[in-house]
Amino acid sequence: MAIAETGQSSAASPLVTQLHGWVTTVDHKRIGILYILMSLFFLVVGGVEALLIRLQLWVPNNTLIGPDTFNQLFTMHGTTMIFFVVMPMLSGFANYLVPLMIGCRDVAFPRLNALGFWLALFGGCILYTSYFTGDALYGLGSAPDVGWFAYAPLTSPAYARGGSVDYWILGTLVSGVGTLTFAVNLIATILTMRAPGMKLNQVPLFVWMMLVDAGLIIVAFPPLTAAQIMLLLDRYAGAHFFDTQAGGSAILWQHLFWFFGHPEVYIMALPAFGIISEIVPVFSRKVIFGYASMAAATAAIGFISLGVWAHHMFTVGLDDRLDAFFSAASFLIAVPTGIKIFNWTATLYGGRLQLRTPMLFALGFLGMFLIGGLTGIMLATVPVDWQVSDSYFLVAHFHYVLFGGSLFALMGGCYYWFPKATGKMLSETLGAWHFWLLFVGFNLLFGPMHIAGIMGMPRRVYTYEAGQGWDFWNQLSTIGAFIMGIGFLIFFINLVLSLRSGQKAGDDPWDAWTLEWATSSPPASYNFEQIPTVRSRRPLWDLKHPEDPDWKYE
Amino acid sequence: MSKPNVDEEIPIPPPVESEFPLSPAQVGMATFLCSEAAFFSTLVVAYLIYLGEDQTGPTPAESLSLTRAVINSAFLLGSSGTIMLAMNARKAKSLNGFSVWMFGTITLGVLFLVGTAYEWEELIYQDGLTIGRNLFGTTFYTLIGFHAFHVTLGLVLLTVITFLERAGRLSAKSEATELVSWYWHFVDAVWIVIFGVVYWMGT
Repeated sequence: MAIAETGQSSAASPLVTQLHGWVTTVDHKRIGILYILMSLFFLVVGGVEALLIRLQLWVPNNTLIGPDTFNQLFTMHGTTMIFFVVMPMLSGFANYLVPLMIGCRDVAFPRLNALGFWLALFGGCILYTSYFTGDALYGLGSAPDVGWFAYAPLTSPAYARGGSVDYWILGTLVSGVGTLTFAVNLIATILTMRAPGMKLNQVPLFVWMMLVDAGLIIVAFPPLTAAQIMLLLDRYAGAHFFDTQAGGSAILWQHLFWFFGHPEVYIMALPAFGIISEIVPVFSRKVIFGYASMAAATAAIGFISLGVWAHHMFTVGLDDRLDAFFSAASFLIAVPTGIKIFNWTATLYGGRLQLRTPMLFALGFLGMFLIGGLTGIMLATVPVDWQVSDSYFLVAHFHYVLFGGSLFALMGGCYYWFPKATGKMLSETLGAWHFWLLFVGFNLLFGPMHIAGIMGMPRRVYTYEAGQGWDFWNQLSTIGAFIMGIGFLIFFINLVLSLRSGQKAGDDPWDAWTLEWATSSPPASYNFEQIPTVRSRRPLWDLKHPEDPDWKYE
Repeated sequence: MSKPNVDEEIPIPPPVESEFPLSPAQVGMATFLCSEAAFFSTLVVAYLIYLGEDQTGPTPAESLSLTRAVINSAFLLGSSGTIMLAMNARKAKSLNGFSVWMFGTITLGVLFLVGTAYEWEELIYQDGLTIGRNLFGTTFYTLIGFHAFHVTLGLVLLTVITFLERAGRLSAKSEATELVSWYWHFVDAVWIVIFGVVYWMGT
């Protein structure tokens, strides 16, 4: 199905022309790649911040980094990783893949799509501009230091003079608007532009999960935007939303933030689930187990995730009945998530497993996300939460979910779809090194945090006294962090080397079944010469096996 | 698989499912309006949470005028009616009818904004209610202000779209005009909620 390349600037055109093509592009594939490049850039930045944090915690009473800088580092690390690494990476995957998977030529609103990307990128730039403001007007530090959830009253004019908090507000606000445009676009594309014959219950599970994901974005991001505007009004117009001295409420910020913040966890996790649901069947050589229950579980997760936000606030001192409700709702979300884990396991069961790099990451995801999910259930239990909230146990938990979960899946996605996007295979050898270093480093980094946390080490402390039994676990973590750093270095080397001289991929290197593999690698700007007609969930299987097509059984 | 089956011998194109009832632009607008609804819900929740929590006045009962709100509502609700008539005229291919009703819509929208301006002037200079005065001021001006901002934006859109239609710059298939009317209806619906929550409950 090789299609002659037209319309895209060929390699022969001068660099300026090529760059101009990238900057002005409205092609969903190029925007997807731009998103992923942006994400990888900020991954390095946020990763370096994490390494600095780990260096500071290497020994007790370390003086490498002062408390002020440390506060800035964990704030910037958290904000960067969530808003400018995971969010753009999932936007990138969705942008690149959804139109290909549903067999259309571009997203519904290509120019809006480009706007979304540039807003996301400028949001990141605004946040990091703070570092270049020197010590700003009041000599009170440059980068924001209020934590990624920026609790009141730390953000009030009295405690956050200078501009650092404003950079945080505006950076995340601008990128949040970009995310909203992305979600609007995605929903319109998935609902109205599927290939002829492709019913909504026949789209690949990645598309299904992105649909629910976009729905969550539509509901969860505007309250954050509203809360941030309220905060700006507090800071600059004398309003009293979060000003307790005038009757306002610091708790309101927490409610509004976590009403965004908890769905956000699922906004970052659902695309990962989608990627895993694409990789696991292909490398097990089996149809996904329980497509319908998978889709239903996704919708259930989306719905329940809107009603669990106050489990981030058990230690605030809310009403006991509220605590009980949010605890129960949080337990409830384990049911659809469990259904997913069982479906993936059942897909693996009896399959002819091929342990290529994407599959390694998928299996790593299954294990790590399971651990993160289980500690999540522990933390949803109010008394346990009272004991370990704001300790390193919590830090371990959400890194198992967001790194062991989301990022492992996204890395697997990189290996799985890199051949489609570039026409070259990523090196399997380097890929295996990348995976194992990441896997070992990850567990060495975040595993011991569980123990340090249970032993009482609070999060966000810039140093600690010796003799509390924390030293050893912190050193393990720091070693793990640097092993992971090497793993990522190998990943970047792999990207560059494979792009230059990787093996040719061909249209369908994994013998997969979804539509993106039906076109050339990389696809032409118009995606498909002929829009395919779809009769089953595995349209490419039907094409390859006309004697035994899926639509006979569905 | 060699049963003599018509289906297999001739590759009949699959039965194409009926298209999604809405166009991409309509879904896009509807989705955008959903996010707007989430935004305004947050502002309304903030208003309700702080309602009656103030230690110092002025309170809604002391400063808001239900009569003025009713008149203002009449302007805005009326404009929803006139824009509907404008859309009907457009469907009937009557450019003049469309223009007249759009002009009526814009006028009513402007009257609504003028009403709001009078209200704010009175609140600020007679009652001394500013955004920094108390929680009522904080939440009231934020909620009403964002709504008025949306009305203003809507007026700009209405004006632009009317000129584009008159200049014949929109293709017959363009959905822009219809979608702008959706937005206007939404702004109106938000006002109904605000009227209930702020003016009806408050006075």
